[in-house]
Amino acid sequence: MIRIKCPYCGLRDHSEFNYIGDATKLRPVNPEVANDDEWFDYIYVRDNPRGVHQEYWQHITGCRSYVKVLRNTVTHEVLKTGLPSDDLLFSYEAEK
Amino acid sequence: MFSKKNKQQTRRLSSGGLINRSKPIGFKFDGKPLMGYDGDTLASALLANNIKLVGRSFKYHRPRGIYTAGTEEPNALMALRTNARIEPNTRATNIELFDGLEAKSQNRWPNLFFDFMQINNLAGPLFTAGFYYKTFMGIPGWHFYEHFIRKAAGMGSTNLARDPDTYDKKNAFCDILIIGGGPTGLSAALTAGRSGARVLLIDSSKLLGGQLIWELDQIDGRPAFQWIESALEELKEMKNVTIAQRTTAFGYYDSNVVNAIESVSDHLPTPDPHSVRQRLWQIRAQKVIIATGATERPLVFSNNDRPGIMLASAARRYVNQFAVKPGNRVVIFANNDDGYKTAVNLAEKDIDVRAVVDSRTHVNQFWKTKLDKLGVELILGSAVINTHGHFGLTGIDIASLSSDQKSIGSQSSFMSADLLAISGGWSPNVHLYCHAGGRPQYEASIAAFIPGVRSQSEYPAGASNGAFSLIDCVTEGTNCGSQLATELGFSKTIFSIPKTDEPTVTPIKALWRIPGKGKKFVDIQDDVTESDIKLAHQEGYISVEHLKRYTTLGMGTDQGKTSNMNGHAIMAEERGEAIETVGTTMFRPPYIPIAMGPLAGRDIGQSYSAKRKSAIHNWHHENGAIFVDAGQWLRPQYYLRNGETNTTENMDVAITREVQGTRGNVGMVDVSTLGKIDIQGADSGEFLNRIYTNGWTKLAIGKARYGLMLREDGIVFDDGTTSRLSEHHYFMTTTTSNAASVLSHMEYCLQIHWPDLDVKISSVTEQWAAMAIAGPKSRDVLEKSIDEKNLSNEALPFMGVKQISIDGIPALIFRISFSGELAYEVNVPADYGEYVWRRIMKKGKTDNIIPYGTEAMAIMRIEKGHVAGGELDGRTTPDDLGLNKLISSKKEFIGRRLLNREGFIDPNRPKLVGLIPIDGKSRIRTGSILVKDPNASLPMPKLGHVSSGAYLSPTLKHPISLGLIKGGTDRIGETVWATSPLHGETNEVKIVDPVFYDKQGERLNG
Ligand SMILES: [Zn+2]
Repeated sequence: MIRIKCPYCGLRDHSEFNYIGDATKLRPVNPEVANDDEWFDYIYVRDNPRGVHQEYWQHITGCRSYVKVLRNTVTHEVLKTGLPSDDLLFSYEAEK
Repeated sequence: MFSKKNKQQTRRLSSGGLINRSKPIGFKFDGKPLMGYDGDTLASALLANNIKLVGRSFKYHRPRGIYTAGTEEPNALMALRTNARIEPNTRATNIELFDGLEAKSQNRWPNLFFDFMQINNLAGPLFTAGFYYKTFMGIPGWHFYEHFIRKAAGMGSTNLARDPDTYDKKNAFCDILIIGGGPTGLSAALTAGRSGARVLLIDSSKLLGGQLIWELDQIDGRPAFQWIESALEELKEMKNVTIAQRTTAFGYYDSNVVNAIESVSDHLPTPDPHSVRQRLWQIRAQKVIIATGATERPLVFSNNDRPGIMLASAARRYVNQFAVKPGNRVVIFANNDDGYKTAVNLAEKDIDVRAVVDSRTHVNQFWKTKLDKLGVELILGSAVINTHGHFGLTGIDIASLSSDQKSIGSQSSFMSADLLAISGGWSPNVHLYCHAGGRPQYEASIAAFIPGVRSQSEYPAGASNGAFSLIDCVTEGTNCGSQLATELGFSKTIFSIPKTDEPTVTPIKALWRIPGKGKKFVDIQDDVTESDIKLAHQEGYISVEHLKRYTTLGMGTDQGKTSNMNGHAIMAEERGEAIETVGTTMFRPPYIPIAMGPLAGRDIGQSYSAKRKSAIHNWHHENGAIFVDAGQWLRPQYYLRNGETNTTENMDVAITREVQGTRGNVGMVDVSTLGKIDIQGADSGEFLNRIYTNGWTKLAIGKARYGLMLREDGIVFDDGTTSRLSEHHYFMTTTTSNAASVLSHMEYCLQIHWPDLDVKISSVTEQWAAMAIAGPKSRDVLEKSIDEKNLSNEALPFMGVKQISIDGIPALIFRISFSGELAYEVNVPADYGEYVWRRIMKKGKTDNIIPYGTEAMAIMRIEKGHVAGGELDGRTTPDDLGLNKLISSKKEFIGRRLLNREGFIDPNRPKLVGLIPIDGKSRIRTGSILVKDPNASLPMPKLGHVSSGAYLSPTLKHPISLGLIKGGTDRIGETVWATSPLHGETNEVKIVDPVFYDKQGERLNG
């Protein structure tokens, strides 16, 4: 039932999106240098937070952009959306 | 349909009511023809016909009658209609009577008056809370008993016939959604509507007005229905106000979305032509006013479930709205003023009301005077402690109640009665408020839970907010509509609040249970008694949520509408704690039972999922193709010829013909379903280098390369060929099944990992039709078909790609092979796909060209040992599949870093091999487990499994399979057993090289 504001297309129903997953995990910038623990963390370890969560949704039947979404996992409220490079949590906290 | 004689309606009053006596309606109950009137519900028509017994209870099979007049009905559940339109568990109180209606009572066998399972009632003490769990769980044979227990305790049943009706879905948007068209909702709609806000008012009934439809209240000095009429007149004039009737909001979801079900045709025998039965509304509103009213509660005393016992407000409603006399000798039992309202109402309609039994010790003079005048006895400080009668109430026992309500006087008196109207107070309908995320709070002054803090944009008002008097309802509604409109920026309106004529209220005194022996039903639908709750407490259940699940309190189709408050309050008393401490269970959607039909809507059958057809589909269809689903795609599986019927034998004939025709001469297969991705930009080569395991920077223009893609965890993801069309332009193909996921994966890499790369990608799967032409004569056929005429090894070498034209149509031709034969793949713009296919078939006629389907394609790839879906199963590494030569050691790529981890380099990992049955003929089922000794003790050590197979290789003349086995090709020559215990199949197989045919690849050159 939630709606997500795509930075390119505007406010759209979630049925236009695919849920992708945790947006806080970054691929090791230097893949060869990163150690096993860093890779293990990147590939397998996901928190299941109660509350605010930064995640990716892909606007699959729209512009196909990956949209970063700040969502409250308790209320499903979408607090903020932006580009993959945006730090939504930071700007959300700052605005509060 | 039935005879129109009106001999049966003995309980119908001669005048009054909102029924049309000039429109009699015939219907059947349990096969018996009866009459009612237009305007009746099934329940009111049954009562008019003096039918008291309408069902048997869930667990004890006790006789039950109509208990309420609304949505909360726990007893009168009916199987409505017949055959494919049969609908179980419908509430007789909600069914508008229509001509030819057929209803059957439920949960009785063989009939209502002689019910075999009534023995459960005598064995009553056995069937306490948790009985089934305690008795049957944990002992062997639950699967055996379960069927009989569920049958005995079952609700209605349906059949498997296809629903002949259609259903719709609708999205609606408004500024203010008002749920409920009673005095509160109508008042709110008036002020919100006048402000100019877009208002949507929905109400579950045929008639707007809510309770005012059938109450005798006055508003502004005139009968309430006149006020309703003028309100509706004004609302209908407003273009910004929409009213939806017979529409019930059943769920309040995240993002302030409310779902409602509109009963478009449920009041008709069958939907009108081209009309739907029901419509699902998904409503998005800025503000939602919840004006859903309140539900009256019963009182909990011994044998409080007999037919003839009914909620007090329901008795009023049957009299006033339906002109039905629910009893001849009426007693009223209440702990609040509703009892007096009922007594006076009924007595003024010349019904014999014998007494009002009030558990309180005091009532105001207004009611006392009225009762006196009407000759109704007033019995204060007392309670009904037991009832008599089996199939219908015959009398009640009354005794005095101690001031703490914990004990009853030793003397009781009998009073004859056939209707006992009861009122334990009113519970606000907080369901939608709970759905929205709210937690109701206990309000002692009305002995009920009311909405607390708002969690979305929901605004409970009126009775659903705990404001029970009419004046409070219209006041809250009027103010709420005006205030919310103002908040949304609409103009302020001038309004006055209507006046009512209600007497002052003597406060309710909570009375949760009355002392006494015998079954005291709390949840009448689920047969949960007061002693079940006591037992649950004794056994250590404390939380109301656990109480609910253990006793099944409130778990029926009525979701405890009449029972939850009493049940939770009794639990609180048992615990010796305040009700607010013990709390209430949360209501969840749906508010009323919802049929599956409207949830599915039109998305059924052909419309359930999109069917994708290739551009060449028509040709396949005309030429004997048998189609198979490949995801959403329809692909030719094989082609039957004239006179061949679709049998297993003919399938084998067709597949053999297609493989031999291709390997012997030339065959063509439609490969349009392969994923195709157009890649452009200066960094395209670098991008491919990062997502494929093998090297891509040195691929020459005009060349294609096989590529392998891994997941980040090192597991094989997909494979395909990618070609370089020009300096910065590549053309990728993916497997049919992974087309969408590969595209998303590449977009993820480009947008999130490497946004700095200058690469743009786009799916072109649907833009190109693709066909593979394979076999020793493929070059000859194509040279005849294309404009360039020269496809020599020099002009187009193996793994070469060229832009050509075919009869003037631009085309891409690739020299690639999946079958192992000399082969080409031709891509043309989709609109020309069928034309080019037909042209090649025509030109190839003299070379005996044959179309082939996915079966022949799969067999030829297995003969060549190529991996596909069965091997790319999300568990295999490149090394498992013998693809290590495609792993570049000179570069970084997705999945590389985890390739060398412990589990992946374990020499015991199953690896790709070929398998053939020792007897040369047994068909080895895909998925079979490979074991050393089929007689080994269990659990049998597993060596691997069969990943794909051909029941018959027309080339090798025996079945062949691919499999993954520990040791892989080191075991070539060994024999093992392929076993499928589910099918009782065990066959000895020999391990061979996975490439069964043309190991040197000589046939690629024709
Ligand atoms: Zn978008």
